Amino acid sequence: MGSLLQIVFDALALGSLYALAALGIALIFGVMRLVNFAHGDVIAFSVFALLWPSVDAVAIVFAGNLPWFLLIPFALAIGAGLSVLSEIVVFRRFRRANPATMMIASFALGFVIRYFLLMLFSSRPKSISLLPALSQPVEIFGARIPLLQLITIVVTIAVLFGLIAFLRRTRFGLEMRAAAENFTMARMLGVRANRVIMGAFALSGALAAAIALILGSQTGTANIMMGANVMLMAFIATVIGGMGSLAGAVLAGFLLGAVATVMQVILPPDARAFRDAFVYGAVILVLIFRPQGLLSARGTKERV
Amino acid sequence: MSLLSLSNVSVRYGRLTAVRNVSFSMAEGEILFITGPNGAGKSSLLRAIAGVTPPAGGRIDFEGHDITGQSPEDIARLGISMVPEGRDVFGGLTIEENLMVGTGMHAHERGWKARAATELEAVYATFPILKERRHTQAGLLSGGQQQMLVIGRALMTHPRLVAIDEPSLGLAPNITDQVYERLIALQVERKLTLLIVEQSSTRAMMAGGRMMLMRGGEILLDGDARALGQSEAMQAAYFGYGEH
Ligand SMILES: Nc1ncnc2c1ncn2[C@@H]1O[C@H](COP(=O)(O)OP(=O)(O)OP(=O)(O)O)[C@@H](O)[C@H]1O
Ligand SMILES: [Mg+2]
Repeated sequence: MGSLLQIVFDALALGSLYALAALGIALIFGVMRLVNFAHGDVIAFSVFALLWPSVDAVAIVFAGNLPWFLLIPFALAIGAGLSVLSEIVVFRRFRRANPATMMIASFALGFVIRYFLLMLFSSRPKSISLLPALSQPVEIFGARIPLLQLITIVVTIAVLFGLIAFLRRTRFGLEMRAAAENFTMARMLGVRANRVIMGAFALSGALAAAIALILGSQTGTANIMMGANVMLMAFIATVIGGMGSLAGAVLAGFLLGAVATVMQVILPPDARAFRDAFVYGAVILVLIFRPQGLLSARGTKERV
Repeated sequence: MSLLSLSNVSVRYGRLTAVRNVSFSMAEGEILFITGPNGAGKSSLLRAIAGVTPPAGGRIDFEGHDITGQSPEDIARLGISMVPEGRDVFGGLTIEENLMVGTGMHAHERGWKARAATELEAVYATFPILKERRHTQAGLLSGGQQQMLVIGRALMTHPRLVAIDEPSLGLAPNITDQVYERLIALQVERKLTLLIVEQSSTRAMMAGGRMMLMRGGEILLDGDARALGQSEAMQAAYFGYGEH
């Protein structure tokens, strides 16, 4: 019982991370038809922004020492800011380009961010302690669940409901949904393209920063590659979920988290190192049977 | 003073010229029909006015301001509401949400919510079926209902000029009549200016007003709809007789 519950929590927590990241990618894809491969590097950047530049193994914390009620908004603002900046400086110039060109631009931007971090911090992972109070376990029905895991799950669910409310109840949300379905038509109704796109980037960047905080607290390290794995899984989740479908991205994110966690448990110990290979195998199977994704998005018409 | 005026407007797609040096102007409250065969450049002309396909040459003025090359949202906010060809409903949004998207352009004005509500009731009065199904996803509507929705949605923005690309497409004749009735009522009440593309001249002759015939990217005829519709010149120009 206790260990089963532990598996469920592991799956939900991992799935939460993937779902948050997939949401960040799907939001931008929805309004721009851009798969933003720089998303993972925004995650890493949001953690490193809490440190002073140095090449030492132990991080010199700068903003990371702030109390949580300042630290969290600070990190979210960093993520959102970097993301919006990348829109203004890079992606805006590619609005009329084809999706492949935009994707390559996002790869390039990702490398720029990564090498910028490399220059300031070196490639050596640093130990940090973010929100240390969260690593204590709590007992639920005999299972010892790290507090951070619980918070991750709760925060993700809160973010999801918040986002749904935002998209359904606010004018900006309405405009974003309209733009995601048919950007040109939305513009002909007076919806401002730049505002909607910048809004999507800001949300996406804030989500990246939330992941950064969770990963940073979870692993206790800052690593310039820390966003890469999550990004890859999130990208796969958006494909499985049906490109551009927010609900699909979230669902597939949780599904991937569950599959990865279950594989970790049921695979024979020798095969565990190859867990990801099995996960990707499952992904290929899904795509063979549902190439359009689990929930395919409706609006796949023109972009800007 | 004219509300809308085009001078030497051209639209190109790569090497193809879809609209060639078109000039005309419209007075406030005028109804102008543009007819012409397939590929004449009618839709391209409308898209150029709406800012979706910026003109390759020429100049477009609205209320005396140069709007050439402005973004579709800025042009919409100035009061030009475009209903493009092919029913661009937001399929995942409900009918009511579709209707509300365009009202945001007035969100900075006082009392805009009350005005939007009045506007909404007016649209529902014209198309009761939309009211009945206001919370259904727009993608589930029939083609004709979607056509009603996009026309209603354009009117929701309280425009000065509505440009509609083939309003009768896919609508039952009695519904088309209703649509025209509503448009003409607005033209009378509010001095709404109407620029309407129709494949055939029949509607224009019924509604009256001014009519232009487009063919090969150029305007060949321009005059009173009823007089032109019956003329030999119209037939000849539409089908391109006498060009060889
Ligand atoms: N997006 C586009 N890219 C390239 N060529 C286009 C595009 N849109 C239209 N054209 C071409 O421009 C010309 C004019 O097309 P347009 O759609 O404006 O005609 P139309 O008068 O609206 O025709 P219809 O009555 O069939 O709707 C046609 O030759 C068409 O092939
Ligand atoms: Mg057309």
